[in-house]
Amino acid sequence: MGKGVFSDEVMAKVAEIVRRYPHSARSAMLPLLWLAQREQGYVSMEAMEEIARIVGVAPVEVYDTASFYHMLHLEPAGKHEIHVCTNLACMLRGGMQVVEALEQRLGVKVGETTADGLVTLKQAECLACCDKAPVVQVDEEFVTDVTPEQLDRVLERLR
Amino acid sequence: MACSPDQQGSSNRQMRVLLRDIDVKGIETFDVYRSRGGYSALEKAVRELSPADVRETVSKSGLRGRGGAGFPAGRKWSAIPANGDKPILVLCNADEGEPGTFKDRLLMLRLPHLLIEGIVLCAYAVGAHVGYIYLRGEFADCLRVLERALQEARSAGYLGENIAGSNFSFELHIHRGLGAYICGDENALIASLEGRRGWPRRKPPYIPVFIGLYGCPTVVNNVETLCNVSLIVKNGADWFAGIGTETSKGTKLFCLSGHVNRPGVYEAPMGTPLRELIFDLAGGIRGDRSFKAVFPGGVSVPILVEEHLDTPMDFESVPKAGSFLGSGGMIVMDDTTCMVSVALRCEQFYASESCGQCTPCREGTVWMTQILERIENGKGEKGDIELLLDICKNMIGQTLCPMGDFDAAPVESTIKYFREEYEEHIRGGGCPFRS
Repeated sequence: MGKGVFSDEVMAKVAEIVRRYPHSARSAMLPLLWLAQREQGYVSMEAMEEIARIVGVAPVEVYDTASFYHMLHLEPAGKHEIHVCTNLACMLRGGMQVVEALEQRLGVKVGETTADGLVTLKQAECLACCDKAPVVQVDEEFVTDVTPEQLDRVLERLR
Repeated sequence: MACSPDQQGSSNRQMRVLLRDIDVKGIETFDVYRSRGGYSALEKAVRELSPADVRETVSKSGLRGRGGAGFPAGRKWSAIPANGDKPILVLCNADEGEPGTFKDRLLMLRLPHLLIEGIVLCAYAVGAHVGYIYLRGEFADCLRVLERALQEARSAGYLGENIAGSNFSFELHIHRGLGAYICGDENALIASLEGRRGWPRRKPPYIPVFIGLYGCPTVVNNVETLCNVSLIVKNGADWFAGIGTETSKGTKLFCLSGHVNRPGVYEAPMGTPLRELIFDLAGGIRGDRSFKAVFPGGVSVPILVEEHLDTPMDFESVPKAGSFLGSGGMIVMDDTTCMVSVALRCEQFYASESCGQCTPCREGTVWMTQILERIENGKGEKGDIELLLDICKNMIGQTLCPMGDFDAAPVESTIKYFREEYEEHIRGGGCPFRS
């Protein structure tokens, strides 16, 4: 088992996830896709085939589901992700300027990854921190009331 | 925290019931929550009340869903078919994604046990033994807090086998979404939990209490709704029904953002006028600018303007003013705000988030984005406003889920109140708000 996608250690976690869904193993699809992405940096074809075996569906059904969700990458992405919220509440408080500042500092446009593969820059929809707009999410951490100086510190930390 | 407006001397109309302990240090931990009377409602319920008693209490309280639709919670719970042979499931909709809404996130980060207690009470009332919190994927911080809280509740005997020494058992898990606004729709949420694309389904049945997760009777309630349940069982139906208006009971968490001096989550009785929320609680418009418009319940509802400022914020009054209470996400805009760019940003959002099933929403959002883009960039054509309105007309009520209506709301309402601004863009060949 594993085929290089899930190590034995991770397979224990897989079993724990599947147990949360006593009524249907297929419900483990999203958490398993997320686990695969955490392990490999993206969701590979091999991972989807492995997940299909675990939850008992055809691989195409895993692909069908995986291709729907914004947080999953079906291709390798940058080591880190920066999501800038530009939805209305952030837009009203300078979200677009944050995007421009980051594009300038990183030398990439939204949707692109830096040449060294370190950072992928993305535009996010409302991150539900509107009282602290503008907001940026760096990997899993929220940075609120963003200022240009803060951006420098954030980028420093990633390097 | 920005959620502490009391300390900023603006508590005149705040009524902190859900948020009573929000500033108590460590309230997110089991011990502190317990020391503040937490889990006493659950203990009372499983020891002294029958499931029917709990349903009756929630019905009598008049609690209506805080996710946007305002469906009476007690009626939903009582609609579960009795003596069915399928398991009953409870889902907490924690997929807070409506732009401008950030109350559920606050509740989960600070009061996870209030939520867990409410979910277990709901499960007891409807006879469920398995439940899930469908948590928005982006909320990694809430995930950490909730995971710890679940662990604590389990160790203390408030989750799992024989809850609080009774013969009632219930297991609760977190199911993390992976980025899809549409999964806030309860039917899309269910599809997502089944390991599928978050696709809303055809109605009827209108609510999943009859056919929900795995085809089983399923109760889906919002985070704020379930938090209220803990308080209702603890303090009684009459106490809750004594707050708010005739048909909108209790308090509401209002999320104020945009061009206000003190953005934040404010708790006030249902029926509190819009003006008080914006000008008293949130401190008015920043920088001495003047008020222009507000999305009163997320961007999925029509905007309201100056003439609506005295509207009581409740389930009945806001529709009379031409909008909806929605999620309570209030994005306030001052007089420097270009309404075309606001509508454009909303449509970009909807175009990105449309699940793609229904043509009016999938195509309409892209068309409207293109038209709004050209108006904003000075390339608008005569007839564009009529074209936008025509597209809106062909979206409203024409989709499986309410998103067709959501798509149309920002465009139709900004044209309704600020048509002149659209015309000025087209006439002048550009955005008058850009210097």
